[in-house]
Amino acid sequence: MRYLPKSPTDRELMLREIGIRSVDELFAPIPAEYRLKRELDIAPSMAEADILDWFRQRAADTAASGYANFLGAGAYHHYRPVVIDTLISRGEFFTAYTPYQPEISQGTLQAIFEFQTMICELTGMEVANASMYDGSTAATEAVLMAARVTGRRSAVVARSVHPEYREVLASYAKNQGIPLAEVPFLENGRVNAAALEKAITDGTACVLIQSPNFFGTIEDVAAVAEIAHRKGALLVVAIAEAVSLGIVKPPTEADIVAMEAQSFGVPLSFGGPYAGVIATKEKFVRQMPGRLVGQTVDKQGRRGFVLTLSTREQHIRREKATSNICTNQALIALMATVFMTVYGREGLKELATQNLAKTAYAVEQFGKTAKVLFQGAPRFNEFVVQTSKDPKTLNGRMLKQKIIGGLPLKKFYPELGNASLWCCTELTRRVAIEAAATALSPQKAKPQVVSTEVAQ
Amino acid sequence: MNRKIKKATTHVIQNEGLIFEKSSPGKKGYKLPELDVPEVNPSQVLGNAARADLGNMPEVSEIEIIRHFTRISTWNYGVDTGLYPLGSCTMKYNPRINEIVARLDGLANAHPYQPEKVSQGALLILQALRKALMEICGMEAITLQPAAGAHGELTGILLVRAYLQSQGNPRKKILIPDSAHGTNPATAAIAGYEVENLKSNAHGMVDIPSLEAQMNEDVAALMVTNPNTVGLFEQEIHKVAEIVHRKGGLVYMDGANMNALVGKVRPGDFGIDVMHLNLHKTFSTPHGGGGPGSGPVACKKIMEPFLPIPVVVTKKDGTLGFDYDRPQSIGRVRAFYGNFGMHVRALAYIMANGRDGLVQTTEDAVLNANYIRKKLDGVYELPYSTPSMHEVVFSDHKQTAKGIKTGDIAKRLIDYGFHPYTVSFPMIVHGALMIEPTESESLEEMDLFIDAMKNIAEECENTPEVVLSAPHTTRIGRLDETRAARQPILRWKPQAQSAKGD
Repeated sequence: MRYLPKSPTDRELMLREIGIRSVDELFAPIPAEYRLKRELDIAPSMAEADILDWFRQRAADTAASGYANFLGAGAYHHYRPVVIDTLISRGEFFTAYTPYQPEISQGTLQAIFEFQTMICELTGMEVANASMYDGSTAATEAVLMAARVTGRRSAVVARSVHPEYREVLASYAKNQGIPLAEVPFLENGRVNAAALEKAITDGTACVLIQSPNFFGTIEDVAAVAEIAHRKGALLVVAIAEAVSLGIVKPPTEADIVAMEAQSFGVPLSFGGPYAGVIATKEKFVRQMPGRLVGQTVDKQGRRGFVLTLSTREQHIRREKATSNICTNQALIALMATVFMTVYGREGLKELATQNLAKTAYAVEQFGKTAKVLFQGAPRFNEFVVQTSKDPKTLNGRMLKQKIIGGLPLKKFYPELGNASLWCCTELTRRVAIEAAATALSPQKAKPQVVSTEVAQ
Repeated sequence: MNRKIKKATTHVIQNEGLIFEKSSPGKKGYKLPELDVPEVNPSQVLGNAARADLGNMPEVSEIEIIRHFTRISTWNYGVDTGLYPLGSCTMKYNPRINEIVARLDGLANAHPYQPEKVSQGALLILQALRKALMEICGMEAITLQPAAGAHGELTGILLVRAYLQSQGNPRKKILIPDSAHGTNPATAAIAGYEVENLKSNAHGMVDIPSLEAQMNEDVAALMVTNPNTVGLFEQEIHKVAEIVHRKGGLVYMDGANMNALVGKVRPGDFGIDVMHLNLHKTFSTPHGGGGPGSGPVACKKIMEPFLPIPVVVTKKDGTLGFDYDRPQSIGRVRAFYGNFGMHVRALAYIMANGRDGLVQTTEDAVLNANYIRKKLDGVYELPYSTPSMHEVVFSDHKQTAKGIKTGDIAKRLIDYGFHPYTVSFPMIVHGALMIEPTESESLEEMDLFIDAMKNIAEECENTPEVVLSAPHTTRIGRLDETRAARQPILRWKPQAQSAKGD
């Protein structure tokens, strides 16, 4: 086996040194009756070339950059600068583990410290953790954190938060005895503030909204914060589309920001791995879950970085820990750090503005052939379209033109009828927008195959 | 330079400040394509939701970015650098073909919501991995959704709760041996259970009389790690399972140490009802400086109805798809389908090894641990005489006489060119040195490690101050962790620099 660095002679020598005849003796502690007496039902060892061929075939059976893709909904299609993979492929980064030994882990530690700093700059929060599993679990952990901070045991959640984030939250909250109240959205796509105010009680730990929300609408964070705070509840703002932070005002009025960083240079990869982040105010840091890196000095006063405030964590606190999370998403956070560095102060703004322009153009074009819902509030790079036909039928037709249409919403929002959620990013070409708008038209138009988007 | 240090030599390492300290206005590392639609004015489109500026975000050029991250990367130690005996973490080789296949266009750029019809390749990968992992575990159902080991634990315990609830009573407590990973009790608490500790016996295993005494109808499950964190196979695991089952409880296995068992014995065959795997340990997906992980949960048929949604199924027309219509499901534990990129890598690893390679891998991992055990027995104290599986735990008992603790020996090991072992875990061994070489180490590399450990033991006797003040060869010395926790500096700020960068 090519991954195993031992010759048969090495193995024999080692067995002799140990003082046994056969390796089987090392497995003697396993009661004989339970040992597997046959081979595993798995194919024998494959050559590298055959493995590559097999996966190439699977990749060919899966649509990707050969299609114009209008899907967003928590997983976004942005260009990934090539230096990201160059840098994260360095073995020193990708074959290291959690930096428990700071003297030989300063690379990972400093990169995380830079990540934490950039997330603070972008979200307007004072502290950010070293990353979590993804946006859905970050939002969930943020709600649990709010319950610890306030000592209150329920939460109010906007219906315009990503449906799968809400499902994850429900799975956790159920067993923690945290009831969740859902608040509807208005015709402009924003959360219904009057209903929200009514839903908050003396027992409400926090209000959870998403901005831009699942429909792409930007919430009035300041107004929601005012309502929540007046009733002693915290405000948690989830951000699924991180690129929005380049041009949308950060939710500084929030107490906790729960973010998905996938948009920052992380491949779509059929849904993961991504990286969640929690950012908050300094005063709540000891209730924050996840790893944290802090700056300190050695005996000679040289700057260095260490994992810190770990008394919150499970390996010390066990059942009293702030969370059971152990692993974070360091390598994915590193992708995001490189991405944020490449675009930087000006580039993130320019990138976000391009997303805004493509979406504004698409809304205008789609408005000619279908109904664009949720008018009257600002949106970032997503919008909801209502059609006379079932969007699944329309999408099926568009697939032949190499267009992957918007996400049909019936499963999540039956009340919206034949609605679908569309997303445009800097990678969406004008020609694709026009072809998709035409395809939505009730009048039969001549189908036209859209050439591949800008190369990834 | 100490001539006994054979593996490492000091050499020039680049200093590097923080990226923010290289930034200056007008430098750029990007160029966007020309806009093919009309430009917009953000403050018109967004009104007062428009952002004015991005504060202290860096402005640097491409070459500076490459140098910055390359330089700081050289301050890290990885499996690619050498033996990384971090016990319990299974720091094995990360095959490069895995990285190549995970980056193929159809896999890296597939959107999780794209139609199933154009996702058949991705779905087939999920299906193939599920099948292989169920076979390895001896289980009948599996979910790939959990994002990491601890996330898998939570999913597994929620499955236990849902199953017991369907039988009429979710029960109140989870029993956890005192040798368990800290994640186990934290998980049980998050799942809404009380935690009850179970003592280990003099051999470092579950104490059967204590289990008999503590097991009752209030106990939902026992969470057991096998081989346990001391690296020992729970020899009476069948009795353990029988005691728990007799009172209607379930047995959860933390599969962190599954790399000692693959192809040799299957948890499903020795009484385990539900377990998680760490793809980043046993199945070679990279640790990446602390994640991403992936923690599939495999279980017996009785728990299948409760698996998180969605589940991959073969549809009537023979194509693959996702089934969301599962009324008894515990719900979701993560958006989408889990860490797909890690699923791709784990499957590539299983294919490269095949049934033959997987067994050889297990044997080599156990052989390596026992070789180190034999060579260091007597140099360091072995707290348990029970045979080791894939890792060996020593204690610093012999060295504490000179005031030297496991953490000091670990720091000195850095000077010898190795990453330290796991320090002070498991907690049932006072002053533990937990060593897991994995199968990825050659005899030559292990002999260097053994030499280093022996030399350090001598230093503990003759020149303890050298050990106590280690490491001596790194870019920076031991860091003031107390200060980091008392006056937390968790982000860079333009003025508030408390220490000057090098």
